[in-house]
Amino acid sequence: MKIKMRKSSWILCIAASMVLALAALPTVEKSIAAGPPTTAVKIDNFSFTPSTLTVKAGTQITWTNGDDIPHTVVSDSQAFKSKVLDTDEKFTFTASKPGTYSYFCSIHPKMTGKVVVE
Amino acid sequence: MPQQRNRDAILLDHNHDGIDRRGFLKCMAWAGTGALCVLEGGVLKSYGLDDPARIAKAAKGELSFVQISDSHMGFNKPANSDVIATLKAAVAKINALPVPPEFILHTGDISHLSKPSEFDTVDQILKSAPTKDVFFVPGEHDVLEDDGKQYLERYGKNTKGAGWYSFDQKGVHLIGLVNVMNLKAGGMGSLGAEQLQWLEDDVRHLSKSTPVIVFAHMPLWNIYPEWGWGTDDSAQALSYLKRFGSVTVLNGHIHQTMQKVEGNVTFHTATSTAFPQPRPGAASSPGPMKVPAEQLRGLLGVTDVNYVRKHHALALIDSTLE
Repeated sequence: MKIKMRKSSWILCIAASMVLALAALPTVEKSIAAGPPTTAVKIDNFSFTPSTLTVKAGTQITWTNGDDIPHTVVSDSQAFKSKVLDTDEKFTFTASKPGTYSYFCSIHPKMTGKVVVE
Repeated sequence: MPQQRNRDAILLDHNHDGIDRRGFLKCMAWAGTGALCVLEGGVLKSYGLDDPARIAKAAKGELSFVQISDSHMGFNKPANSDVIATLKAAVAKINALPVPPEFILHTGDISHLSKPSEFDTVDQILKSAPTKDVFFVPGEHDVLEDDGKQYLERYGKNTKGAGWYSFDQKGVHLIGLVNVMNLKAGGMGSLGAEQLQWLEDDVRHLSKSTPVIVFAHMPLWNIYPEWGWGTDDSAQALSYLKRFGSVTVLNGHIHQTMQKVEGNVTFHTATSTAFPQPRPGAASSPGPMKVPAEQLRGLLGVTDVNYVRKHHALALIDSTLE
């Protein structure tokens, strides 16, 4: 039993190293059919975390609402606009064009955030 | 958790001397009188509803109506998994009033997610109220997705713009305002230039002795801007009402009672019938406040409003659902 676990741990380690190695090489990463890079913004306690997110162009950003109250994700320039997100609902936007995108919750406009696309 | 009494009566009694005047006294002008109202620590003097004589006097108003707010039909999270039951309890409370109200004001967030079935449920429950006259203003939860189109189709008959309107009842001028549309990033509630212009025109013809009651979803005074509890251009709206002897502003949105008197204007927010929210700054966010089940109905309720012309007195009585 113990031996088996060690073996599987080794396999995991090797697999993890490979993933890390691949992640460290963007050119290699792109050639894998795993889709675009992704990142997440959490909506909790009436705020966006991180409030400022800096990503490479082409990154897929997913907001998830963890509050008991619905929220929206709306860019000031209308570059992106979610539908109303109830608890646990998600909104995804692919940041293709470089620039700074300020956004807010149109229901609770004190909630603001920023996406910087490089 | 804030301490709240089961039932509070807030009386603005301008002619009688049976009120404790210690504490912080402030004057309030009232139509036709150089009247006083009494504040203690900035809050209107409260009376328990266990004084039948006092209640009976308040209930004999010439104009009597009830405000309910924030029914959030469709909400089903731990803070209240049965908002249908609590709205029904609110209607039962209204049915039990010693004097039936002439109408009901609903100050918005009728629904939680603007779903047709949510509005239908509220309409159905309100049918068992003692009056069929219910006047609405939208909350931000009632105008999701469609810029308020559905809200206007349901409740917007005889209204202007996004749903604002005014009407007269027994010499009192009531104004329903909409401050939940076209909200700007970083801002609070908003009335907008078109509505402000309408308001200025609407009150222009009134004599200054006309009692005015303004109702809107979001507070028309800055209660806690950090949580967006206010309206960016409310000062402009209130400037049109300065010349009136008596102005009462009724709001919802913050799911708790709060009062303030400023010059001739009395501000009051109502409790929700669905779930309580924390006192300003008392939590990390204004989200629904989960309280022990046995405490919930002590934090939800209705507001009974009575206006007595002869005595030049106004009474706002907050009753919880317990």
